[in-house]
Amino acid sequence: MGDRAILIDFEPEINEIILEKLLKIKEIIENELFEEKIEVINTYHSLLIIYPSTIENLYDKILTFRSLVSEANIAKNFNSQIHHVPVCYDEEFGLDLELIAKDKKIEISDIITLHTAPIYTIYFIGFLPGFLYLGGLDNRLEISRRSSPRMKVEKGAVGIGEKQTGIYPKSSPGGWQIIGNSPLIFFDKNTIPPCVFSPGDKVKFHSVSKSEYFQISRQIKEGKFQLKTEKYHG
Amino acid sequence: MGEIEVLHPGLYSSIQDLGRTNFRKYGVPQSGAMDSYSAKMSNLILSNAESFPVLEITQLGPKLKFSEPIQISICGAYLEPKINGDLVLNNKVLSIEKEDVLSFGKRLNGCRAYIAIAGGFIVEKFLGSFSWYNGISEMEVLDKGSRLKYSTQESKTYLLNASIKVDDIYQTNKIVPVYPGPEYELLSSFQKKFLLETSFHLDINNNRMAIQLKEALINKLHPIITGPVLPGTVQLTPSGKMIVLMRDCQTTGGYPRILQLSEDGINTISQKVVGDMLRFRLLEIK
Repeated sequence: MGDRAILIDFEPEINEIILEKLLKIKEIIENELFEEKIEVINTYHSLLIIYPSTIENLYDKILTFRSLVSEANIAKNFNSQIHHVPVCYDEEFGLDLELIAKDKKIEISDIITLHTAPIYTIYFIGFLPGFLYLGGLDNRLEISRRSSPRMKVEKGAVGIGEKQTGIYPKSSPGGWQIIGNSPLIFFDKNTIPPCVFSPGDKVKFHSVSKSEYFQISRQIKEGKFQLKTEKYHG
Repeated sequence: MGEIEVLHPGLYSSIQDLGRTNFRKYGVPQSGAMDSYSAKMSNLILSNAESFPVLEITQLGPKLKFSEPIQISICGAYLEPKINGDLVLNNKVLSIEKEDVLSFGKRLNGCRAYIAIAGGFIVEKFLGSFSWYNGISEMEVLDKGSRLKYSTQESKTYLLNASIKVDDIYQTNKIVPVYPGPEYELLSSFQKKFLLETSFHLDINNNRMAIQLKEALINKLHPIITGPVLPGTVQLTPSGKMIVLMRDCQTTGGYPRILQLSEDGINTISQKVVGDMLRFRLLEIK
C-alpha cells in the first residue's frame, strides 16, 4: 500500500479462525523483523506492515512475508485474556433501550440478558483511540444505526450498530443505538500501554446498578479500581 | 529559555513533528506535519535533527512575539513572513532579536508553512511524539495568548549566506504521484481512465484529517469489510466522491481504497488550498 507499507489480505470474512491466524503471523513478523522499526496492525482480515521510510527491496520483503505466512503453524491454544467490563443499563444511560424494545418487541430486561450473555472477541482497535471492534453480538440484537446520528455520544456509552457492539472511549458524534454506559477508562494517554485491551482478547459485559456504577467511577478516580481480567482458555 | 507570546494564532497553527508511531494498534492516528518535507527542511536549515517539533501554520499565519534572541527558519508555503514588519524569505536562517514580532501577510503560494527554531520548541511529548492531536496532547491548536517555550542554549553561529538547497517545486506541482490502492483493480477500465485523466479540484472540506475532491466518480463498488487505512489513502465514498486521508486520519476505514499517495504526493497535496487543481499520476511499484 504505497511506498511505506505492505498489506497482507486473507479471506474477506469475519471469523475467529482468521483472526487467530492473523495474530499468530503478526507475532512472528514482529519477532523476526524486530530491528526494522516496523509497526504491524491487524483488522478483521488484513495485516498492515508500516515502515518508517520508503521500503527498499520490496520484492524480497514480499517473498519473506509469503514464506512466513505459509509456514506459520497455528497453535490451538492461543494465549488470550478475558476482561470483565461493568455496564450500567439504567434508562439514564440506555437512551435507545425503549426504542429497541418496541422495535424488536422484547422486554428491556431481555435486551440486557442478550447483551451480557456472549463472550465477545476483540478483533482490533480503531475508529477512535481505545475503540474496540467486538464480534459476537447476538443476532436478535442486530439493529440499524440511528437515522440521524447524535452530535454527542457520552464517553463510555455502549452502543449497537448493525452486527456490531462497542463502547465509545471518549465523547464523540455517533450513530449507534445507545443501550448503556461503562464507567471504565478504555484509553488513557498517560499510562503505558494506553489501552489494556488487545486484539484476540475476550470481553464479557456485566450489568451493574447505578449506585455500583458511581462507586466504580469513584474507585477509578481514586486509582483503586482493578479491572477483573483472567486467562481465557477457549 | 525563551518564550513566544501568541498575539494572533492564525487560521490553524499546531506543533507537529514527523508523527506518532507504534500507537496505531490502539487506534491512535499518526499525525505529524502535513508536508513532512518542508518540516524536515526547516529543521535541517538550523542544523536541528529533522524530527524536532515545528510549528505548522495554515494559509493565514500567526503573529508571534519572541522574548529572547534566537534563530528561526520558515519553509513550505510562502505567506509573506515579516519580522517587525519587514519582509523576509523562506528557506533561510533568520535572526530574531529580543521582543521581535514575526507576522505574516498574503499567501503567495502553497498552503502550509513550517517554523523551526534553533535548538527546538520546548513542548511536551505524548505517546512518543510532539504532534498535537485532540485527546492525545494537552493542546490541539494554538490559541491567542498561549505561550510556547524555546531553548536559547543552543545559540550557534551560522554562516548566514550558506543555505541548504531546498527543492520546493513540488509545492506548485499539479501532479500528485499515486500507487494503486488495494481496491484499485475492482474499478472498471472507464473508472481508471477517468481517475487518471480528470483534473480534480479540492473541495471546501479539507483539514488535517482528510481532503475531499469536488469531482465524483461513478461508483458501483460496495463498501469493504473495515480494513487498515493510512495517510494518503484515497477512499471512494458511496456518492462517488473521493476522500484523500491525511495525517490525522483514523487507522481503519470501510470505503474502498482505490489509490495510495506516495509520500511526495501527500506533501504535494498538503500545499493545495480549496479550488486548486491536481491530477493523479500512477506510479509503478518497483
